[in-house]
Parts: sequence; C-alpha cells; structure tokens
Amino acid sequence: MLAIETTHLRKEFGSKVAVADLNLEVARGEVFGFLGPNGAGKTTAVKMLLGLTAPTAGEATLLGAPLGDRPTRARIGFLPEHFRFHEWLRAAEFLDLHGRLYGLPGARRRAAIPDLLALVGLADRAETQLKAFSKGMLQRIGLAQALLNDPELVFLDEPTSGLDPLGRRLVRDIITYLREEGTAVFLNSHLLSEVERTCDRVTFIRRGRTLETIALRDGPETAVRLTLRVGRPDAALLQGLAQFGEHVLLDRGSGAITLTIAGEETIPRLARWLHEQEQNLYTLSPQRLSLEDRFLQIVGEESEG
Amino acid sequence: MATFIFAQLTIREAQRRRILWVALLMGIGFLTVFGVGFHYVMLELEMFSDGGTMNTAAGGLLAIGLYATSLLVTVMTVLVSVTTISGEIDTHTIETLLTKPVRRWEVVLGKWLAFMLLLALYLLLLAGGLMLFVYLRSGITLQNVPAGLGLMLLQGLIVLSVTILGGTRLSTLANGVLAFMLFGIAFLGSWIEQIGALFQNETAVDIGIITSLLLPNEVLWRRAVTLFLPEMADSPVMSAGPFVVISQPSPAMVWYALFYTAVLLLLALFSFSRRDL
Repeated sequence: MLAIETTHLRKEFGSKVAVADLNLEVARGEVFGFLGPNGAGKTTAVKMLLGLTAPTAGEATLLGAPLGDRPTRARIGFLPEHFRFHEWLRAAEFLDLHGRLYGLPGARRRAAIPDLLALVGLADRAETQLKAFSKGMLQRIGLAQALLNDPELVFLDEPTSGLDPLGRRLVRDIITYLREEGTAVFLNSHLLSEVERTCDRVTFIRRGRTLETIALRDGPETAVRLTLRVGRPDAALLQGLAQFGEHVLLDRGSGAITLTIAGEETIPRLARWLHEQEQNLYTLSPQRLSLEDRFLQIVGEESEG
Repeated sequence: MATFIFAQLTIREAQRRRILWVALLMGIGFLTVFGVGFHYVMLELEMFSDGGTMNTAAGGLLAIGLYATSLLVTVMTVLVSVTTISGEIDTHTIETLLTKPVRRWEVVLGKWLAFMLLLALYLLLLAGGLMLFVYLRSGITLQNVPAGLGLMLLQGLIVLSVTILGGTRLSTLANGVLAFMLFGIAFLGSWIEQIGALFQNETAVDIGIITSLLLPNEVLWRRAVTLFLPEMADSPVMSAGPFVVISQPSPAMVWYALFYTAVLLLLALFSFSRRDL
C-alpha cells in the first residue's frame, strides 16, 4: 500500500487553475521531496492532500484511504508552512492540546511530551508561553506537534526555512530518524541542498503539473550523465549506445558523446561493449548531476517551452 | 469530545488574554456606579415621595441598568467572538487543528458553546448584581426573573450566531460591520415601531416588525422588560423610553428568535465544513 497516491488531481479557484494535473506515488517509509518554483501549486497540493481544500477533480488516497477520511488523520503529522499557533499556550500545554485532538490517552501524552520536547531541543521551555518563542523555536515545537501520534506519514512544509544551521541539522536528523522508523515523509522545501541530503526521491512540479520524478539516494539506481570520446563516432555506434541509456547525443564539433545512464554499474558493461566493437576509447567520464542542475534542467526546460 | 476540547480552549484563551479579568473588573465598576447612583436617588425619593412613586422610580432605574446591561452584553458578544474563526483562518492557526481527526463543525460548536457560557455568566454577574443591589437597598423585586434573564441571554446568542456564521466566510472586519449594522438596523427599527405605535401609524410598526425579523435582538429586550415589570408597561408615569413598551412584541417573536439562533448556528456548522482553507 502506498503512503500517498494521486491521479489527475486538480484544483480550480474560479477561473484560476492552481493545480492542473497532479500524479504522485509516495511509498511507505520513503522520504519524498516536492519541488517546484513559487506559484507552482505546491501549497494547494498539500492542502488538498490534507483535506483542507477540496479537489475540483481527480482522485487521491493517503495510507490507502480516500482524501478527507477522518480516522486516517490520526495517523498523519503536519507542520504547516505558516506555523502560527495559539501563542498564549505554554509549550507543554500546546503539545497536550494537539495530543488530545489526535485522541491520544492522557498517559500516552504525558509520556510523549517530555520526550518530544527533548527531541526538538526545548526540554527546558516546557512552561514558556509560545509568544516568547523565536521563529526557530516555534518551528521546532511545530515539528514536535507533528510527531505526537507516531505518524505513519508526515507532511513538512518548508520545515527549515526559519532555522539556523543548527536547527536545520536537527530537522535533518529528525528526518533520518523518521526514515529509520519507517515513517513516510513528504517534504516541501525550497532549499535544494537540504532536499538532496534527505530525500529518497523528488518530484518536480510546475504550473500545477508533475513533470518528472527522480531518485536521489546513492546506489545503482542514481542517474549518471556519461561523456565519452571514441575513435569512430558513427551512426551504428550511437544506435548501439541507446541500449545502455537515454538522451544519446553527439556533439559533432568535439566528437564527444553524452548519454544518461540509470546507474554506475552500467559503466563497466559499456566499456566492455566498446572494446568488443573495436572502438578506441579516449574519454569515459561519469558525472552525477546535482539536484540544482536537475531542477533547472527540468523546470527550466518547461518554462522555456 | 473534540467539541468539548475546543470549548475549553476558547475559555482558556479568554482567560489568558485577560478578557475575563478586564470584563470582571469593569463589570464591578459598572455595578458600583449604578449602586452609588441608585443610593443617592433613593435618599432623595425617601424624603419627598410616597411609596408608590418611589417603587415606580426604583423600578425604572433598575430597568435603565438592565437596558444598559442588555446593550453591553450584545456589543461585547460581537467584540469577543468576531475574530474567533476568521482570525484563526487568517493566521493559519486553524490548519494544524483541522488536520487532526476532528470534524470541522466540532470547532464551530465548541466555540459557540464556550461563548454562550461566558455570556451567561457575565449576564448573571451584571443583571444579578443590579437586581441584588436594588433589592438590598429598597426591597423591590422584579417578576419573572429567570424567564426575563433567559430572554436577555437569547439576545446575546442571536448576535453570537450572526458573528460565528459570518466568521466562517467573511474577514474579521467585514464580519464586525455586518453584526453591528444588523444590530443598528434592528435597534432603529424597534424605535420606529415604538414611535409608530404611539401615533398609531401602522406602516411604522410594520417597519419595526420587519427589522426585528432581520435581527430579533432589540425585540427580545422589550419582551423581557414586560416580564420583569408588567405594571410599568402600562404605567402612565414614565414617558416613552426603552424600558416602556408601547408596542408589545408578540410571544411568537420569542419562538422566532430561538428558531433564528438555531438556524444560524446550523448554517455556520455547515458553512465551515464546506469551505476551502
């Protein structure tokens, strides 16, 4: 069963289309990044998934249940982007309130609250009113709130935007911990370096459409861009290379061939094959694309089109 | 269950934001001013008046105090409840609440119940204080006290339901304008009805009745005062005023007010459940 699945999810506000066609599959236990330029429809998409906004068309499930299913919400955590909480509550009271709203019994709340306060580094602030909190502290307490119910799926909307480097580290550590616990994380963030460090897969959206989903974790499935130069870069060779990867291109000026392969384990096979073809190999250079490169490539391409 | 949590939260907010303490303090101030004023008027009356005149005058003063209470309760209900839903939507506070396994209408109902309780307690403090003081100083008691207080409470609940319903769709300021203007129109209409009744102008009376249907708030006050002081309603001693009722509201108006409150509350529950956030 998937943590999130959407098919052709769409939201219109009057004549304005906020989300045109959203197709997502997020696996259980996966850390999933949701990327796109400002105004791409990310926030509306998250609000639809959480049942705050009703979709105009399309279907979606969270943890196997249709959107808006009330019991399912007990298994989900959410840290909103505009985290404004009841500022007249004390930190421990705030967590207790949200624990009650999750339907957690008193004993479980009393056990979980000190642990969570410690987890987000606010153990000594339990009795401080939220109005005395800095933006970073509010974000931390918001994060603790999202984890109260040991959720199976957590939505984090820009969780590091208000944080200093120490706070970002903390969020990264918490995401790592959630992954180990088997919790799926849906991460909406502008900080590509953060996303690159924490996410298993990311999807790019623009103008309310999902463009492409790519894997980020190190391992055989990570896409690599290969550049090679050989003795005879003819049509037959290019055709043959197509079996190893996609986007096979020949730069006629330099004679360099580039192609994107699925993972590094393809490289030795490709080298052997070139040898069998009696090709002289001058250059074979793999390059992992940074997330920023991919972002500009994928989202940029689309915006030019 | 969640309704209860939201009710509790609303009361705690009123407490933490010092609304309760300021209201209590100012309420005591209100009662003190009335008490001192009443005492000195009574001193004067005791010297120069007979028992009957004294009773009428004391009853009239009490009616003025209760009328002020009725206005205060209405205005304060609007003030404290006008931001409760739209404010939490504006600040996005509502998002972390509604993504919990709660029903949206539980939020609205919880808030409504909390404000009802605060309103009832405050009404009891002010109106009860006035009545107690008048009784202790002059021995005068009102009639039909529980029924009359019930009508005054209903006055507050009507505007509460208006602001709660408005808050599910309107901005805080627009909601405040709506509530106060509705109140203002009904207030004006009620006076036109009174004056119309004095000069036996049926059109003026009809205007009053129509505005009362729009917001049956002021009309409940007139009903309440005829319950409290039935003899004063026909007394020729006092000239026309808010505590003298020339055009008697029909008892059906009370049923209408109850129905009005219930419908607005149900609409609010429904409206909030359906909106995008």
